[in-house]
Amino acid sequence: MKIRAQIGKVLNLDKCIGCHTCSITCKQVWTSRDGVEYAWFNNVETKPGIGYPKDWENQKRWRGGWERNSRGHLQPRQGAKWRILANIFANPDLPEIDDYYEPFDFDYGHLQSAPEMEHFPTARPRSKITGERIEKIEWGPNWEEILGGEFEKRSKDYNFEGIQKEIYGQFENTFMMYLPRLCEHCLNPSCAASCPSGAIYKREEDGIVLIDQEKCRGWRMCVSGCPYKKIYYNWDTGKSEKCTFCYPRIESGQPTVCSETCVGRIRYLGVMLYDADAIEKAANAENETDLYQAQLDIFLDPNDPVVQEMALADGVPQDWLEAAKRSPVWKMAMEWKVAFPLHPEYRTLPMVWYVPPLSPIKNAAEAGLIGHDREMPDVRSLRIPLRYLANLLTAGDEAPIATCLERMLAMRGYMRAKTVDGVIDEGIAERVGLTPAQIEDMYRIMALADYEDRFVIPTAHRELAEEDIMGLRGGCGFTDGNGCSDGLSKGSLFGNRRRGLTIPEAMKS
Amino acid sequence: MNFFLFQVYPYIALTVLALGSIARYETDPFTWKSSSSQLLRRRQLLLGSILFHVGVLIVFLGHFVGLLTPIGIFDALGIGHTFKQLLAMIVGGVAGVFALAGGVILLHRRLYDPRIRATSSFADIGILALLDLQLVLGLLTIVVSAQHLDGGEMVRFMGWTQAIFTFRTDAWLLVAEASWIFKLHIFLGLTIFVLFPFTRLVHMLSVPVRYLWRPGYQIVRSRKAHPAPAARPHPAE
Repeated sequence: MKIRAQIGKVLNLDKCIGCHTCSITCKQVWTSRDGVEYAWFNNVETKPGIGYPKDWENQKRWRGGWERNSRGHLQPRQGAKWRILANIFANPDLPEIDDYYEPFDFDYGHLQSAPEMEHFPTARPRSKITGERIEKIEWGPNWEEILGGEFEKRSKDYNFEGIQKEIYGQFENTFMMYLPRLCEHCLNPSCAASCPSGAIYKREEDGIVLIDQEKCRGWRMCVSGCPYKKIYYNWDTGKSEKCTFCYPRIESGQPTVCSETCVGRIRYLGVMLYDADAIEKAANAENETDLYQAQLDIFLDPNDPVVQEMALADGVPQDWLEAAKRSPVWKMAMEWKVAFPLHPEYRTLPMVWYVPPLSPIKNAAEAGLIGHDREMPDVRSLRIPLRYLANLLTAGDEAPIATCLERMLAMRGYMRAKTVDGVIDEGIAERVGLTPAQIEDMYRIMALADYEDRFVIPTAHRELAEEDIMGLRGGCGFTDGNGCSDGLSKGSLFGNRRRGLTIPEAMKS
Repeated sequence: MNFFLFQVYPYIALTVLALGSIARYETDPFTWKSSSSQLLRRRQLLLGSILFHVGVLIVFLGHFVGLLTPIGIFDALGIGHTFKQLLAMIVGGVAGVFALAGGVILLHRRLYDPRIRATSSFADIGILALLDLQLVLGLLTIVVSAQHLDGGEMVRFMGWTQAIFTFRTDAWLLVAEASWIFKLHIFLGLTIFVLFPFTRLVHMLSVPVRYLWRPGYQIVRSRKAHPAPAARPHPAE
């Protein structure tokens, strides 16, 4: 047994309004550079839909994540090490940039510089790769926004597995939800496992998965290895990049940029203690539906004195243990069981978890009836099919999702009784296996969601680090791996290249 | 002229190759990469890259073993000179044709695919063109070789390579009489050595074979000066 701590994350989809503020602020900070215009370390998808990149959840096609081989051992789905090396000259499982979208910009300057004309001047799109005119944009990072496009195409969504999906194409029965996605900072990352150079690593102190930009050689096996398609190949620098979990902010106790700027206050950050020696066994559970429970089993209770003592012995700092006790992630994932890992069947043991959304009740008459009786509506009558959420979050097992939705409805019922009718209805709490105190705690964390309840982030202990801390004074902080630079590569003896965007003739004057 | 090209230039080329690569690795590891363009365009790359790389690897290995192994070892193993020359011509020829086919596909892609062209540097295009030219020259030497199958010329080239590596000052005399195609092939090869550290070719020095014997799959890094012990028994056990 070896206890490690990780800063985990929960996204409460019940409150996500799909505003994309997380994506935009993330892009401003991390990917507003050459070569990663197409990359969104954080993106928000409208479900049902095939997502970004196209069809990313279909691992029969992209072969990301892990699988149990014929001998019952865990190996990357794209193959054992020898097969990964054998594909190094051309990776058959690598998406093309068009599977994301061809990055583009618009000739905004033309709006200002156009001569007097009969018609209004327009800003037409231009490829960020070639600088050439794009006559028609065929796909973008958020093409399916709010059920855009035909149902025929969106229904290719992998989460319709086992669902009679035709009726959801009808206007009366349609449903939608938002799914913000970022790197999962998995306990068993298949990107790191697929990297032939050994450039991808997990940090022992906080569990953040990073790519060493100086060690990456651009073999691009991580891009196909990650089942969430959250590793992006920078076509300008020739290196892979990914979400850094804003580690410079996390280290100083601040939330990630996406969490900080979330206007819906749906994002939570907190410490999770886990047994690092149990990872392989958990990821290798025989049935896919056992994986959710297997992952729960490797988390350790921060309130248990034995766990605390062992964690200290394993080098987890005392203030991290204190933070773990107040962790909103622990509460939602373990205590109330309302948060779930995204696609546990990929066997990567992801650490960004999701609270499934409630949705309107399908039959309006039923809704009225329920309102009178103040009874719990059947979660199976909600507009989003239970099976759809289960395919997304529990490898198809509906029972944990049903319990979760019932608890969230119970929280509403209990608080409505308390604040509207002035009645404490313990029966509601009992029916879903919670105590009134737990429901009130849930309400505080999930509904009110104060800043200090959402983000319980202990600072990093750089004083324990091997590095020369005094030597870091006056350093240049975070860079792209090319020394004290501004992140733009200037020409050098060794083939670096500056390439400006082709400027249209009209704009040059 | 022959003295410079085949006695002095090899040492210049090898020195630039070694020192340049070390300097680049040390001072600018961020630029050490394969520069794959597969993300931007899959078409042509799958076939072209596999043909090119497999072909070139076989050719490279053939040159390495064929030129650097002392002739005495072949004699001791009972491998005749004629047989060795035929082997080199046939295996090298087939692999060379593979590599050239792949190289031409890749060059076509690099020059005529708008995305790849726009993102290519002068060095990217230049080195690929030089490699293709070198493959053409290499294949042309087979025509010359076919006119004398006694292996004598081949043994002289082996002698020259080994004389260079054993710092003999009369090495150049061994190739001075060779056909101009061979001389051009050697000269271009040495020039590719010179250009090596300044192009994407450096990625071949970091062939990730260590991946095969890296223990397990996962990598964890610790910043701590004294990382925690690897494992302890569970208290329940």
